[in-house]
Amino acid sequence: MSVLGSFAGSSSTLVGGLPSSLAVDPLFSRGVHWQEVVIVIIRVLVAFGVLLGSVVMMIWFERKLISDMQSRIGPNRAGPWGLLQTLADGIKLFFKEDLVPNRSDRFVFKLAPYLTLVPALLIFSVVPVGGVVTVAGHTFELQVADPPMGILVVLAMSSISVYGVMLAGWASGSKYPLIGSVRASAQMISYEAALGLTVIAVVIVSGSLSTRAIVAHQAPAFWDWNVLRLGVVPFLIFVVAITAEMNRPPFDLVEAESELVGGFNTEYSSIRFALFYLAEFMGVITMSGVMVTLFFGGPDGPIPRFIPTSDLWFPSVWFLAKVFVFLFFYVWVRAALPRLRYDQLMDVGWKALIPLSLAWLLDVGAVIVWGWWALVVIAVEIALGGVLWRAFVVGSRRSEVAAIYPPIASRMLTVVPEPTAEEEQE
Amino acid sequence: MNPSQVNVIGMDLVAAVHKTGPDIATFVVSAIIIIAGAIGVVFSRNPVHAALSLVMTLFGVAVLFIEQQADFLAAVQIIVYAGAIVVLFLFVIMFLGVDRRENIAAEPLHWQRPLALVLMAAALAGVIALGVGSHWATGQQAVAGSTTAGGHSNVYLLGKSVFTTYLYAFEATAALLVIAVVGAVVLARRPSLPSVEPETDARGAAVSGQPGPDGGLHDAAPRGSAAQDASPADVRAGQSLVKEAGR
Repeated sequence: MSVLGSFAGSSSTLVGGLPSSLAVDPLFSRGVHWQEVVIVIIRVLVAFGVLLGSVVMMIWFERKLISDMQSRIGPNRAGPWGLLQTLADGIKLFFKEDLVPNRSDRFVFKLAPYLTLVPALLIFSVVPVGGVVTVAGHTFELQVADPPMGILVVLAMSSISVYGVMLAGWASGSKYPLIGSVRASAQMISYEAALGLTVIAVVIVSGSLSTRAIVAHQAPAFWDWNVLRLGVVPFLIFVVAITAEMNRPPFDLVEAESELVGGFNTEYSSIRFALFYLAEFMGVITMSGVMVTLFFGGPDGPIPRFIPTSDLWFPSVWFLAKVFVFLFFYVWVRAALPRLRYDQLMDVGWKALIPLSLAWLLDVGAVIVWGWWALVVIAVEIALGGVLWRAFVVGSRRSEVAAIYPPIASRMLTVVPEPTAEEEQE
Repeated sequence: MNPSQVNVIGMDLVAAVHKTGPDIATFVVSAIIIIAGAIGVVFSRNPVHAALSLVMTLFGVAVLFIEQQADFLAAVQIIVYAGAIVVLFLFVIMFLGVDRRENIAAEPLHWQRPLALVLMAAALAGVIALGVGSHWATGQQAVAGSTTAGGHSNVYLLGKSVFTTYLYAFEATAALLVIAVVGAVVLARRPSLPSVEPETDARGAAVSGQPGPDGGLHDAAPRGSAAQDASPADVRAGQSLVKEAGR
């Protein structure tokens, strides 16, 4: 079998009765009738409701957990343990005055919150939240959609979500939001490359782009999960890149309160602000789901057969448990780590993550194609990495001034003393 | 389920779905999106709105790709064009501060619009004439064969043809892009300065003793003791000149 054959054709494991390379949802194997349409609509509505509900719970969970970590009590007024606090906040925001700044671009200003929310929702549609179930003669997958381009939808939507942040800052017609949005777009574009390269590594070993096939390929047991099979490095790169992509702490320079007032959403109020807030937390949940899908086998896990009908719902329990670990991780990181400086952020992205993920991708490909001869590739990579490191060192030793547009540079570095009294008289 | 059945589901579903009601509806909706976006690009007064209209057009094209079973192209269309290139457009627009409304009635080149109309009419007439008169329009999805031939995924087929049949074209394009990037870096780079870091003279006052970046605007005479007394004012004068030059 040729290289390409092993690239896409090797994992011809059947997914719900179909080859993973085509990965059609078994629901449509008998054509499309009204029953299938109803099932699809139900899947969409359930996913939407569950996602919104879990976002509400996530906001409460984050506030409560951070309070615990900081020896505070946190929300405790609305409902038992403050459970209804998010709902109360939402109702309050809904009835607040909806301000549109005078100098804003009204259309884009109103459009931007939806451009952040919709991609976060759409990403969730390709995440497999459970196994393949058969209910009343209809076999279908527990996920909203299983398109053949699968995981590329995640990349596409995460690259689209740049627009919401970027346009929100620009359309506000205000200084700090603009700075925040420029930072955001630079940051998100920078980390997208590393993100894509790690996803490619997963796709290479799975042999398919479909999220269902990626999950099915990690199925038998936990040592088949991609996190172990790829070596842990791609997973670590992915975690860092996705955190930066979501603008979560410690990469939340976009809304660095100490520098930018509130960042890109400074000028937003009322329900539009609530949409940004919602989108951020929805992003945490969906991206945790994506990580579980790509590296931790998705809904894979041992099923207790002695419980009746556990085949249907127990994979979803595994999925939820794995996602919950990541949600906890994100709150923990937010409480524990300080925010990076902007130049550190860019250095991590361009000088560390991209070369590392590229090298690891080559390693994965070389191991698959050449077996032990991949050690040669690794040796070459280490040598090239040394050259790259040397280049970074030499570059950082050079005068920073030469890299900046000259008049700006000299303006920055020419010290202008305060005029003394006698000079003023002159 | 044996392979032939798989093939039946994979291929005949496609054949059955093709050119049915939903198919035509998809085409019409995405065509409307594409054309509305294209008109928006041309007629928007604000460059940011024009860029957003371009995103809309790209989305419509992506939907058409999906409708043609070219899923991978659709995803790449969104990731590369909408997600990276138009974002860079917006970046430039925002940084250069050209994001203000323009009077599109103002016309720097008077013959431009009539010429554009004539050329557009000629191109349209050519396309229609070819569509009607020639046998080029075969109704095939792709000249290189079906996008899901033999039960393989779209990515597999695309990857195979890119890395076998069209390998040289592919590599040549890659080389072209790298050369373009290197060229852009070389063109954007200014000649490096010897050093414009402030030097500290005997009195501790910062002076600028090096040739300035602006052609020596504050490159004063060699600084002796007499010059030292005047140095702060001198530097400030140079500074204001630099500011003038910067505008």
